[in-house]
Amino acid sequence: MSALAVVEPTHTTGESGLSRILWFLKDVFVLSRRSLVHVIRDPAQLADVTIQPIMFVVLFTFVFGSAIHLPGGGNYHEYVVAGIFGITMGGAAPGVAVGLANDIQSGIIDRFRSLPMSRGAVLAGRLTADLLTACLGLLVVVAVGLAVGWRVHTAPQDVAAGFALALLFNYAMSWAGAAAGLWLHNPESAQAMAFVVFFPMIFVSNAFVALQNMPVWLRVIAEWNPLSTVTASCRELFGNPNPGASVHVWPLQHPELATIFWAIALMLVFVPISIGLYRRENLT
Amino acid sequence: MGEPPAILVEGLVKVYGKTRAVDGLDLEVAKGSLVAVLGPNGAGKTTLIRILATLAKPSGGRAMVAGCDVASHPAQVRRSIGIAGQSESIDEYLTGRQNLVMVGELSRLPGSEAKHRATNLLVRFELTEAADRPTKTYSGGMRRKLDLAASMITQPEVLFLDEPTTGLDPRARMGMWQLIRELGEAGTTILLTTQYLDEADQLAHNIAVVDSGKVIAWGSPNQLKTQVGGAVLEVTLPESADLEEAAALLRRDLSKSVTVDQRRYKLTLPSTEQTGLATRVIRTLDAGGVLVDDVTVRRPALDDVFMTLTGHGAEEAGEDAA
Repeated sequence: MSALAVVEPTHTTGESGLSRILWFLKDVFVLSRRSLVHVIRDPAQLADVTIQPIMFVVLFTFVFGSAIHLPGGGNYHEYVVAGIFGITMGGAAPGVAVGLANDIQSGIIDRFRSLPMSRGAVLAGRLTADLLTACLGLLVVVAVGLAVGWRVHTAPQDVAAGFALALLFNYAMSWAGAAAGLWLHNPESAQAMAFVVFFPMIFVSNAFVALQNMPVWLRVIAEWNPLSTVTASCRELFGNPNPGASVHVWPLQHPELATIFWAIALMLVFVPISIGLYRRENLT
Repeated sequence: MGEPPAILVEGLVKVYGKTRAVDGLDLEVAKGSLVAVLGPNGAGKTTLIRILATLAKPSGGRAMVAGCDVASHPAQVRRSIGIAGQSESIDEYLTGRQNLVMVGELSRLPGSEAKHRATNLLVRFELTEAADRPTKTYSGGMRRKLDLAASMITQPEVLFLDEPTTGLDPRARMGMWQLIRELGEAGTTILLTTQYLDEADQLAHNIAVVDSGKVIAWGSPNQLKTQVGGAVLEVTLPESADLEEAAALLRRDLSKSVTVDQRRYKLTLPSTEQTGLATRVIRTLDAGGVLVDDVTVRRPALDDVFMTLTGHGAEEAGEDAA
């Protein structure tokens, strides 16, 4: 778990490494519980893993679906659900950004920093809670997908691998969201920025339409878009129509590897940035 | 004086870009005492508190809290302190009780102990009725009290209060003062910042007046007032009286400087150590045939202290420094 990297070196306390890790885990538990209470008190915060995927599924199966024809045929309902998986997992990043920005503005991060707790637990707690809500999102998409006729046609371990890749993508995107939230430290800007980055990421991808018909410059971006690679991975691992498989570019030929590569790359960039920003003296 | 001080600050400097927010500040706070850091906005009060609470690193000098250096041993310092203030650090979605328990658990109290202390604090701070409501629904005064309660859950040795009553209505302010007094009487060392002169006067054993990042005066409220000058004697005459003539009488017989306030029919004399001034004033005026309505001794308010020491008035310090 990469979050362990955040544990503060203990040059001052005489605690053993093990007891520090246990305290860290307890702090992460206390703070994830806090984030989950937020969600219970304000269920609107869950819209991006509940209402939004349902809306997308309904919109793209029943409204636009009949107008979209996949290259080489194939059932569009089965095609689009994997795209909604990808969107729902990536969509966690704006939530993390807004949540952290709120915490900075409310001053509660300063309270945490004045307590004798693990400093890294604040970020790790937020990301853990986010991973749990992502699991809820996964269940919602599965349920609504099954309702509109989506099915998996592969072995259980392949399906599990698809879900695992989706969650890995979610976790990496959450770090990007954390960096944005810490950098902007203003919920409104975080929301605006998330929209500006996330909206093109959704639509310049293979989530809703096959890439074959895009102009070349846009298609290259879409082919390398991590949202496309995670979506293509899910399609392949669930046995759903995957027209991208006939496109001879590396990320679409090896979508699972490309997704893992993207996740590592995102974390290599955004974990240090987030930690660096979090350690700044003045967060505002 | 064998006991080491709870807070010791020596030549503390904090530079933000080109601004020297704290500029060679010295301060010593004895264990169990209540000290107010009084100064206008931008004097460096909040920066001082942030450094002492390990939220900011000093650029120079030294600060010790509860025997530990804040720069080199922040983790130890965090175990001995509580901090509360103007920007309440509470979670809006959690209930009051959940806020306290969370802070307790993050401070490494066992869950049961955190719950127990939370209940006690809620009773003591009169928040029991609202305890299980999300703090979003709290009034400003309740939020401030909960914030203070959260900072007390570890029963810290040293408590920092950054402008604890700024923005509160008069009633909530009185309630806050009472709580702060009680915490001080129970033995907690308290360092509070304020721009309200009466707040420092009411609560603190000692006051450090700060301006431009330095302590420019230090002492008990009374010492500071004396430092500025003694009391004055105000004599009120009836409307029919000739103020100038009465003033001349006093100048001649008592060889005192007398200020005349025509609008309020008042004569003002500096009241030095010499006793019996009031009696002599009345006698002199009576002999001159002048009736006296009222004689009052007025001690200088901290407003005067502030004005004298900083060269700018208290009005500049806060919007309503009453």
